[in-house]
Amino acid sequence: MLYISVPLGKLVRRVSRLRGGGSALPGLVVEKIDPGFMQRTLATLPHGVAVVSGTNGKTTTTKMVVELLESQGLKVFTNRTGSNFTRGVAAALLGEVDWRGRLTADVAVLELDEAHAVHFVNRVPPRYSLLLNVLRDQLDRFGEIDKTAQLLQHIADKTSGTVVLNREDPRVARIADTLTGQDVQYFGLDDSLLSTFPNDDDMRAAPGSPTPAVLPRKPHADVVLRKVGPDTADFEYDGVTVTTAMKLRGVYNIFNAAAALTLARSICGGGAVTADHATLLTALSRVEPAFGRGESLTVDGQPLDLVLVKNPSGFRLGLKSFPADGYATMIAINDNYADGRDMSWLWDVEFDSLRDGGVDQLTGSRAYDMALRLQYDDVRIGAVQPEIAPALTEFIRAAKGKPKRIFCTYTAMLAIRRELSKITTVEVVS
Amino acid sequence: MTAESTGIGPDGVEQNSKGTIRVLQLYPRDMNIYGDWGNALVIKQRIGWHGYTPELLEYNVGDEFPADVDLIVGGGGQDSGQLVIQDDLHSRAGVLTGLAEDGAPMLVICGLYQLFGRFFKTRLGTVIPGIGILDVETHGTDERLIGNVKVATLEFGEVLGYENHSGQTTLGAGVRPLGTVAKGTGNNSSDGHEGARYRNVVASYLHGSLLPKNPAIADFLIRTAAERKYGTFVPGAPDDRYAVLAREHAARRPR
Repeated sequence: MLYISVPLGKLVRRVSRLRGGGSALPGLVVEKIDPGFMQRTLATLPHGVAVVSGTNGKTTTTKMVVELLESQGLKVFTNRTGSNFTRGVAAALLGEVDWRGRLTADVAVLELDEAHAVHFVNRVPPRYSLLLNVLRDQLDRFGEIDKTAQLLQHIADKTSGTVVLNREDPRVARIADTLTGQDVQYFGLDDSLLSTFPNDDDMRAAPGSPTPAVLPRKPHADVVLRKVGPDTADFEYDGVTVTTAMKLRGVYNIFNAAAALTLARSICGGGAVTADHATLLTALSRVEPAFGRGESLTVDGQPLDLVLVKNPSGFRLGLKSFPADGYATMIAINDNYADGRDMSWLWDVEFDSLRDGGVDQLTGSRAYDMALRLQYDDVRIGAVQPEIAPALTEFIRAAKGKPKRIFCTYTAMLAIRRELSKITTVEVVS
Repeated sequence: MTAESTGIGPDGVEQNSKGTIRVLQLYPRDMNIYGDWGNALVIKQRIGWHGYTPELLEYNVGDEFPADVDLIVGGGGQDSGQLVIQDDLHSRAGVLTGLAEDGAPMLVICGLYQLFGRFFKTRLGTVIPGIGILDVETHGTDERLIGNVKVATLEFGEVLGYENHSGQTTLGAGVRPLGTVAKGTGNNSSDGHEGARYRNVVASYLHGSLLPKNPAIADFLIRTAAERKYGTFVPGAPDDRYAVLAREHAARRPR
């Protein structure tokens, strides 16, 4: 059975790509007929597997780690966006291995959804893990936020080498307390930037609420983000602060750059290669946003930004990072399984920042829930059309000559990209 | 949302307000999850749209309990949040019970619904006493009840929301259910009831948030508060277009 699983899987992958289909089916096929495929193949990598997980920023962070390691001459296997489930990893592997199932890479850096990461690490214990944050994401899937923290704890437990933790997220930082054998590294934030990150426990609190107690003494962080400029950032490591240009926008993306640097430094320091900091920083300054994460396309000669929003803190950060001034705005809210079915999260976001310009177009299966939400924040509402294709057409027509921005949930973003690919160049995501 | 139905003019100054309604959020710091803020915001805005002036107050652990409260809203929390407020809630049992018995309108969702009951018995058998305003008891289970819910009620018509809880609640003789579940599970997986009603207390497991898509419940709470304080309630005409459409669309979504 084994010798046919890879050719068969690759064949299914080709056929499903020709049909423009989903990325997980070939992975499912190969998992069924050859359950050891993924584990066997990844075990051959000389520098092992690094897993990136957490609620927000996995895709952009993974992309950064990959580009940082590649700048050091390493060949990196990764799973492209949208396939952050186990069978997505298997599908991505099928695309990379030769017909005999061999993978030519030094290290794998994999983005994994919290719940699926647990299954993955049980089968493939990683050498490195990077745990970003625990926020209110799709709580209807995981139950409660403390449960999500337990999922990340399990990933850390299964890690054999270095665990990289967010020093500023108490639920993540606390994971270090129970680890025994692993090396622990932190990435951190300058105190002056802490207020730009709404902590999930006080994020909703009404104005004037007291801020929750800060951890008494912070551990040393390997990389600290000290300052964020309009297109630069200051990082401190090895006792020096360096300023680098950044193409990424949004403070939270740049904080994740500190996370990516920490993991890349750990992997290099773990014997992969001697890190050259000048090239690391150059690579970091060139990282473009991952798809749908503040990605900018061009429509009618004007920029059109896609901002993925999938939980209240992400939406709040998105509104903060991408000011509405001068932009036409559309919001697309779906409630498919991958988006989360519960609409409560919209009520944990304040939309005051959209009050001046209003929102021109609302769409998605829960477009009217969003309209209702905006009504209660006194935000002017343009058109509401739950069907995404006609809503997008109308938005582009009505906002002719203006820069445009679309805040969208995950499946709404996929639909919007599909529609946009008919009229502009959109990166193909495998 | 017209000028006549607004208690606050465009310049933020009170204009011909029909009166002030003081709304207290219970434990917003520790008990707010799944959009509980939405309920407080809907109450606040609709009070204004009905021509009254809202005054929104917070009560957190250790705070002084404010006087002259007209309406109370309280939300859910994780197990950790419930532990934090436990002792404080019991120290306020007297004032809260007094208000409930006196007919003050209250909305309690999920975690505070459970703690307003007689007790919560965890899966491991630990009994956490509630403050007993509601004659209900809750038992922790391994099963999490998650998904969209439709409830048929006599008072408020069809109520729509989203449940996410592992505690299962059963009602005693002293309360009646908010309604009967038409889709989803509700209080527990056996009797088909959702929520509880006692005097002017409305208790429910439903998030969504509950009040935005169920303005009938919001208006009941506001009406009760106004009548209790001023003897009458003169409603305004809130624009519920989007609420109606959001309800239609929500009702068609899968579990």
